[in-house]
Amino acid sequence: MDIPYTVHARPDTGLYNAKVGIWLFLASEVMLFGALFSAYILLRVGAPEGFWPRGWLNVPVGTINTLVLITSSITTVMAWASCKMNQFGRFKFFHACTILLAITFVCIKSYEYHDKFTHYEVIFKDGRIADGHIVKNDPKADSVTISGHFVADRKELFDLVGPNAHHPHEEIRIPRDQILRMERYGPWHHTYLAIYFTLTGLHALHVIGGAIVIGFLWGPGSRMWKTDRERFTNRIEVSGLFWHFVDLVWIFLFPVLYLI
Amino acid sequence: MDAVAHDDDFRQHVRRYLYVFYALLFGTLITVGASYIPFGDHEINIGVALFIACSKAFLVAGYFMHLLSERKMIYGLLAFTCFFFAGLMALTVCSFADFPTSTFTH
Amino acid sequence: MHNHEAHHEDAGFWRTYVFSTDHKVIGIQYGMTALCFLLFGFCLMMVMRWQIAHPGQPIPVVGPLLAAILGEVAAKGIMAPDLYNMFGAMHGTIMVFMAIVPLAFAAFGNYVVPLQIGAPDMAFPRVNMASYQAYVIGGLIMFVSFFIPGGPAQGGWTSYSPLVTSIPTDGQTFWIVGMVFLITSSLLGAVNFIATIIQLRAPGMTWMRLPFFVWAQFVTAFLLLLAFPPLEAAAIMQLMDKVAHTSFFLPTGLAVGGNLAHISGGGSPLLWQHLFWFLAHPEVYVLILPAMGIVGEIIANNTRKPLWGYKSLVYSVLTIGFLSFIVWAHHMYLTGMGIRIATFFQTTTMIISIPSVIILTCMFISLWGGAIRFNTPMLFVMAFLPMFGIGGLTGLPLGFGYSDIHLHDTYYVIAHFHYIVAPGTIFALFAGIYYWFPKMTGRMMNEFWGRVHFWLSLIFMNCIFQPMFAQGMAGMLRRMADGGANYSQAKVPGAIGGLGANIMGLNTYILWAAICLGIGQIPFIINLFWSIKHGKPITSDNPWQATTLEWQTPTPPPHGNFATAPEVHRGPYEYSVPGHSTDFTPQNEPEAPKPGTRIPVPELA
Repeated sequence: MDIPYTVHARPDTGLYNAKVGIWLFLASEVMLFGALFSAYILLRVGAPEGFWPRGWLNVPVGTINTLVLITSSITTVMAWASCKMNQFGRFKFFHACTILLAITFVCIKSYEYHDKFTHYEVIFKDGRIADGHIVKNDPKADSVTISGHFVADRKELFDLVGPNAHHPHEEIRIPRDQILRMERYGPWHHTYLAIYFTLTGLHALHVIGGAIVIGFLWGPGSRMWKTDRERFTNRIEVSGLFWHFVDLVWIFLFPVLYLI
Repeated sequence: MDAVAHDDDFRQHVRRYLYVFYALLFGTLITVGASYIPFGDHEINIGVALFIACSKAFLVAGYFMHLLSERKMIYGLLAFTCFFFAGLMALTVCSFADFPTSTFTH
Repeated sequence: MHNHEAHHEDAGFWRTYVFSTDHKVIGIQYGMTALCFLLFGFCLMMVMRWQIAHPGQPIPVVGPLLAAILGEVAAKGIMAPDLYNMFGAMHGTIMVFMAIVPLAFAAFGNYVVPLQIGAPDMAFPRVNMASYQAYVIGGLIMFVSFFIPGGPAQGGWTSYSPLVTSIPTDGQTFWIVGMVFLITSSLLGAVNFIATIIQLRAPGMTWMRLPFFVWAQFVTAFLLLLAFPPLEAAAIMQLMDKVAHTSFFLPTGLAVGGNLAHISGGGSPLLWQHLFWFLAHPEVYVLILPAMGIVGEIIANNTRKPLWGYKSLVYSVLTIGFLSFIVWAHHMYLTGMGIRIATFFQTTTMIISIPSVIILTCMFISLWGGAIRFNTPMLFVMAFLPMFGIGGLTGLPLGFGYSDIHLHDTYYVIAHFHYIVAPGTIFALFAGIYYWFPKMTGRMMNEFWGRVHFWLSLIFMNCIFQPMFAQGMAGMLRRMADGGANYSQAKVPGAIGGLGANIMGLNTYILWAAICLGIGQIPFIINLFWSIKHGKPITSDNPWQATTLEWQTPTPPPHGNFATAPEVHRGPYEYSVPGHSTDFTPQNEPEAPKPGTRIPVPELA
C-alpha cells in the first residue's frame, strides 16, 4: 500500500503531507528563534544603564541586506507561481535569482562580521582607552596601529548614534608594551555582540541551508518536472515556505539588532 | 492546490504578490526612517519599529506563505505556538522582575 | 503509481535491517538501542549506590576496570567525587534522553502508531530513518565522552551555568553537541508523528475512534516539537559560552577558583534555568504520556471491556499537554522568585494535577466489572496504577512553594520522580514489550519468567525508592558523593538536623535492593532474546484477541502493512458487545448488514 496524500490534498484536512510537515517544522523554528529573542530581551533589560550599545552595526548595510531578502522572497513566490502556471523557464529564472540573492546576503553578512573582527578596543596600562579598526598588526613589530580615537570614559563607546557620537578617526600607533588588554569586537566582547553573532549566525545557517535545498531543486531535482510535475511543484512550495520563514526572522532581527 | 491552476487565476495572485513586495520595500524604508525620529521616549521608537515589523511579517505570512487562504488546522497550530512563545517570553521576564524584597519579619 | 513491494524484495541486508525506512524496523532499532542505554544507565547508578553506601572505599569487581579505563578519577578503584558527579550527570542524561524517551515515544510509537491508524508507514519514511541516525550519533557522542581526557559532563543532567562552563574539561562540550543531535532526532520524529496521525488515518478512523495510545503519542509529539527548541537555543548559547567565551549565562563579577574570570559578564545564570526547565518540564510529560497510552491499551484488552471515560481521557491528555508549557518554574522556587510569580506557577502546577488524576481515575474505574486476565502485561499495568499514584501524589508537596522550600534538592525529589519513571513508565514499557512482542516476532515471551521479572521488579523498586522519601524529609540532599556522611550525626555529633544513623543506614539497604533489582532484570533479558527464536509460537495473528488495527495484520506485518487501506467502522474498544459472537469486535470488521437489507447476489458468469 502506498503512502497517500503525498501530492494531492487529503479531503478533510485540505492539506498534502509535506505541507503539514513543513508548518510543524516552522512552528518549532518559531520557538527556537523565540527563545533567542527572549534571551535578547533579558540581556538588554539586565544591562546596566548606558552600557547597552547603540550604533555598533551599520544601518545602510543592514537595510540593503533586508531589501535583498525581501526581493528573494518575491522571487521565491514567483518561482512557485511559475510552476503552477506551467512555465518552467520562468521558474528557473526566478529561483536562480533567489539563489543569487541568498549568496549576496551571506557575502554582505560576512563583510559585516569581518568588520567586527577587525575592530579593537585597546586598554592601556595607564588607563587610557583607544578604539578603532586595525591598520597594522605585525606580530614581529613592537607596535600596533589602529584607525580610531581615544575615549575619556568607556561609556562613550556604547552610544555611537547620540549627539556626542562623532569622533574623527586618526591613525594611532600603540607600542605593545603599553597595552594592558586588546580585545576585538567578537562575541566574547559584550553580551550584545554575543546575541548578535548567535542570532545572525543561526539565521545565516538557515539561509545557507535553504539556499542549498532550493539550489538542489533548481538543479538536479528539477528533473522531477518531467516525471511528476505536481509533486515537484509541491516541493517548490514547501521549500518556499521555509525560505519565507527565513525572511520573516530577518524582518524582526533587523530592527531589533540594528535600529532600536 | 490539487491541479495546476489556470493562468488567469494566477495572474491575479501574481499582481497581489507584487503589491505585497512593494509594501514590504516601503515598510523597510519607513522602519529605518522612523528609527531616526526622536520621539523623546525611546520606548516609542521600539514600539514603532516592532509594529512595522509585525505588519511586514503579517504580509509575508499572509500572502507569500498563503496563510490567509490556509486551513484552520495550520492556524490552530500557529496559534498554540505563538501562545507558548509569548508565555516563554512573558513569564521569564516577569520572573526576573518579581523578586523578594523582604523576609517575613522585616 | 509506485511499486514499492517489487524493489524491496531484493534489498540487501543493509537496506533491510540497517538503513531501512520501514517504521517497524526503525521502531525495533530504537527499542534495541534504547534498552542498551537503559542497561548502561542502570549500571552507572549501581556504581554510584555502592559509593554512597561505602564512601571512599574501592569498588569491588568493577573498580580496577574503571581505574584502567578512566584513570585518575577512579584511581585504586575508588570513586573520586568528580567521578561520582560524572556518573550522576550521565545517568540522568542517558536515562531521560537516550533510554526512556526513545523507547516510550520513538520505539513503541514508530512500531505501533502507523499500524493502529491503518497507515502503510509514517508520512516521511526517510526523515524517520534520519531521526534514528541522529539519535545514534547523539548517543555515541555522549558515550564517547566517558573516554575523553577529563571525562564526561559533571554538572548534572540539568547542566546549570556557570558551573558547567567553568569546569576546564571538554565533557560539557560533548554533552551539548550530543544534545543537539538528540534534539534534532526528537524534532524530526515529532514532525513525522503529528503529520502521520493527521494525514494517514485510514478511512473511517475519525479522531474519536483513535486508540488512546495514539492520542497520547500525538500530544507527546507536540510537547517535543514546541518545547525542545528553546533548549536547543540554550544549548547553542551554552556552547558559545564554553568555546567562544561569551557570557550569556555568566554574570558580571564571576570568580572561578578565587580569580575574577576574564569574561565580558552581563549574562544571567537564571536565563539558562528558565530555558532548560521550559523544555524539561514538558519532557517529564513526554516520559509519562506514552506509558499512559500503553496502560490504556492493555487494560481495555485484559478487562474485555471498553476504557471508562474515553472522552475524559482524550480531553485530559490534551489539557496536560497545554498546561505543561506554563508550569516550569516550579523547579525554580528557590532561585529568589517573588511571591506573585511563584503563586502563578504554583497555581498552574496544582491545576495540571487534575487531568493527571482524571486519567488515573479512568484507568482504575476501567477495571471495575472487568473479566480480568492476569497475564504478564496486565500485572505490570495494574502495578503501574498505584505506583504512578504514589509518584504523582508525592509531587504535590513539591508543587507547593512553601513545602518545596524544605524538600527542594533532597532525596524526596529523587524518590518522587523515580516512582513515576521507574515503577511507573518503565513498568508500562515492560508491559508493552510483553504485549507487542508476539506481533513483532510471532512468538510469546515466557509467561513464568515474565511473572518472576514482574514480582522482583515491583518489590525491589519499592525497596529502593520508598526509603528515599524518609531520607529526603530528614534533610539528605541530592548529588552528594559521600551519601550524606559529611552531614551525619556520626561525623558531627550533636549538629542540629544532622542525619541520624537510621537514615544513613538506609543507604546500605537501598544498595542491596538495587543489586537485587539488577538481578531481577536478568530473566527479562534472557527471556527477551530467547523467545525471539524459541518462544511459544502464536496460533493466530491476534493472540490477545484485541480490537485495535495492529492486531488485524499478518505477523509480522509486511512492508506496507495493509494490502489495501482498512475501513474502520467503530471505536477502538468494542469488547463484550452484546449479541456479538466473540467478546471483541475489531475496528475494521465489516458492519453486519441491517435486518431486511437485500444482499446483492453476484451475477453468474
